[in-house]
Amino acid sequence: MKDFCELYWRLDSTTKTTEKVAALKAYFDVATPSNAIWAIHFLNGNRIKRLVNTRLLREWAIAEANVSAWLFEECYDRVGDLAETISLILPPKQTVKDVVEISLKDIVEQHLIPVRELEPEQQRENVVQLWQGFDQRQRFVLGKLIMGGFRVGVSKRLVVRALATHVGIDAATITHRLMGQWEPTAEFYAELVDPNETETAISKPYPFFLANPLKQEPESLGDAEDWIAEWKWDGIRAQVIRRAGETFIWSRGEDLVTDQFPEVAAAASRLADGTVLDGEILGWDESQDRPLEFSQLQRRLGRKKVGKKLLTEVPVVMLAFDLLEHQGSDIRDKTIVQRQEHLGEVIKLLQPAAKVSEGVFNAKGNDAPVAIRKPPSVSAKPVSSWADLAAVRETSKELRAEGLMLKQRESAYQVGRPVGDWWKWKVDPYTVDAVLIYAQRGHGRRANLYSDYTFAVWKDGELVTFAKAYSGLTDAEIRKVDKFVRKNTNEKFGPVRSVTPELVFELAFENIQRSSRHKSGIAVRFPRISRWREDKKPADADKLDTILAMLD
Amino acid sequence: MPAEQICGLSSMGKAQDLLTVTPKGLFCKEGNFYVDPWKPVDHAVITHAHADHARWGSKRYLAADTSSQVLRIRMGDKANLSFQPLGKSQTINGVKVTFYPAGHILGSAQVKIEKGGYSIVVSGDYKRNPDATCLPFEPVRCNTFITESTFGLPIYRWPDPQTVFDGINQWWQSNRESGKTSMLLAYSLGKAQRLLSGIDSSIGPIYTHGAVEKLNAGYRDSGVALPETTFVGDVDAKETDWSQSLVVAPPAAVGGSWAKRFGKMSVAMASGWMQIRGTRRRRSMDRGFILSDHVDWRDLMQTIKETEADDIWVTHGFSDIVVRHLQEQGLNAKVVETEFTGETLQEDAEPSQA
Repeated sequence: MKDFCELYWRLDSTTKTTEKVAALKAYFDVATPSNAIWAIHFLNGNRIKRLVNTRLLREWAIAEANVSAWLFEECYDRVGDLAETISLILPPKQTVKDVVEISLKDIVEQHLIPVRELEPEQQRENVVQLWQGFDQRQRFVLGKLIMGGFRVGVSKRLVVRALATHVGIDAATITHRLMGQWEPTAEFYAELVDPNETETAISKPYPFFLANPLKQEPESLGDAEDWIAEWKWDGIRAQVIRRAGETFIWSRGEDLVTDQFPEVAAAASRLADGTVLDGEILGWDESQDRPLEFSQLQRRLGRKKVGKKLLTEVPVVMLAFDLLEHQGSDIRDKTIVQRQEHLGEVIKLLQPAAKVSEGVFNAKGNDAPVAIRKPPSVSAKPVSSWADLAAVRETSKELRAEGLMLKQRESAYQVGRPVGDWWKWKVDPYTVDAVLIYAQRGHGRRANLYSDYTFAVWKDGELVTFAKAYSGLTDAEIRKVDKFVRKNTNEKFGPVRSVTPELVFELAFENIQRSSRHKSGIAVRFPRISRWREDKKPADADKLDTILAMLD
Repeated sequence: MPAEQICGLSSMGKAQDLLTVTPKGLFCKEGNFYVDPWKPVDHAVITHAHADHARWGSKRYLAADTSSQVLRIRMGDKANLSFQPLGKSQTINGVKVTFYPAGHILGSAQVKIEKGGYSIVVSGDYKRNPDATCLPFEPVRCNTFITESTFGLPIYRWPDPQTVFDGINQWWQSNRESGKTSMLLAYSLGKAQRLLSGIDSSIGPIYTHGAVEKLNAGYRDSGVALPETTFVGDVDAKETDWSQSLVVAPPAAVGGSWAKRFGKMSVAMASGWMQIRGTRRRRSMDRGFILSDHVDWRDLMQTIKETEADDIWVTHGFSDIVVRHLQEQGLNAKVVETEFTGETLQEDAEPSQA
């Protein structure tokens, strides 16, 4: 545990990738397999589920620290992180018995996981005992083991890179082996670092190939004819696996979502064994032949079981745009043109002409089209110039697409987000000029600054709130706004301050929809501050009517 | 919460006869003087030389004699300063004024004001942790104790300063090994000298920013032992191998062109705020060392107890929170709004005409 805590703080103390990789490698060089795999587990952002209720942790910490509950909350408000607040507020390390010498594996497997089965009082004793044996920084790490949310600026990619250098095998192999679900055991670690090719579990997805946003002019990519253009959908990126008579649907966040999308799973059951598709899952409006709004699809997410009513109201389809495994072989090294040729054959076999087999669930009855299909093409006729593509892109909103994807014709299916072959070329997001009217302290890095804002626009001569945003300003700008907030507070409501409406910001959104749940009548997606309009006065901010007009 | 709602206790009446908060600062009407006024006044009694307590523009200043060197440096030649020995009293218009050490920085003092058997202590800024560059805080019994609350939350608990200095030494050592200049950011008055006196100066050469060096001289003239330091401006930047050295500078010094001469650097800051991870990360420091010249929560509570004061006035910092906590403990406490700032992450500005 001591080594792991030291690793954590070494990672935390630098922003430099090379230093982080070096720290990780140094840890892997000395860690035993059973400790190393737990470290990977946590650094990858996994947690031990349902270990201890955070409300109880709070109560125990309050009791140990001998402070009032409100005082604890005030502290939490300043620190912005529960594990850290607890680590700071507890009395100093007490026991001489060096609990911290216990290995990470034993802390997790013998001191934490068994706690799950205990009564709250015994849970408390166990946790408090650990607290007493740890210093503040170690308690912080312990808190993160219990509550999750490491956020130490280490991506999966960095862990993989360090591990690859440590064992001397290629990073793509390790990335692949780390996909999907695995148990943090010494046995799995041995497989992970095995220099020989190993058989992979049938459920294992491939690492997703992700695109970078296109910021430059598309002309800089060379000849438009070297590129394939596809719609950029606003849904759930997913991989559908059919192997050994079983189906697995993985989201990009590596959650197994097979049961959430029975339509897709049913269609996938008719794929040949040894097939892996990459695509986007979307709620689908058959009558208009375009996606439903994202808010509709959201109703389908995070459910254990999807009811009949919801299946009828929000049917989903998977628009498959890539084929990663064909006839049992990994074909990611082929060009996208070749992969999509094979994809065409695979999809063709699924079409209704082949008759929907019995037992296949389909919300609209057996004559409806299958839920895995090819995406609509961006244009009926071949598009060969950037100007034509730009014109096509302008029509994205008609299809509820976010813009275009550009994929280099010769490109293989790569791992992660390498620059060069896949680009997302989104249409400009919606922008609105709005007035800052409430501010709240941020969390984590911004815990001492008023950095979370609520914005308003004009409606009948009054400012009505319509969006919250906290990202988009530079640290220097945040400090400036923070100063303004402190000087111009009108009222305090707990952690929230209402401020004199004076500052105007341009906000950008992915999408704006009508909503009866919000006072303003609109709901926005991914609001962010695009710039501070210091040139504008509150009176220059937008009117709600103007925003509503954008929707029509 | 407005202050009127919190007090309203009979004993407060006496305290307020002796000292009131006015738009210019804490005013003793009977004695016709202010303590640490934030606007120019005729007579100012000063607790210490930091800019939010000692401001320019008043006609006459009175301070503890231990602060004479640094206060002169901060206030300039023209300021009319007079000094009084610690522990010795002077009666000003019938009000007895005595200075006691506050342990905050060199020369920092608490001001005790007494009349007719009633006493108020204005503590300014203070700490209880050891500091070789100034006299330790002395608890002073009084009827009303006026305290700062810069770090008045139970999450602030200072580590032993020696372990902090050990950490700084290690950091400097490892920077030297990897050929990086060690840039240590700290307040130029107080914190910088405390750091200099605590670190292991045998590790390598120490350079200072002009603002720090100016005050180093004041410390040395006051008899405080500091290791040898060299003003950065006194050497040829191109001829100097900075990679072995420690540079002590105020926080505002980095980011501008001044710091470019040092090449590859590791930047660290020494402040109580470094206790919170988010603050460290937000400042994008390579390292944050937890060292403060203010009391942490435990010492704040301990000090209040030791003064045996009937009334506690809480100024700059987490004043409303500290007051609520004290009231829960059964003490008479109220928030007093001042223009003091305590420890900030920026350098305290030069004393200014408010």
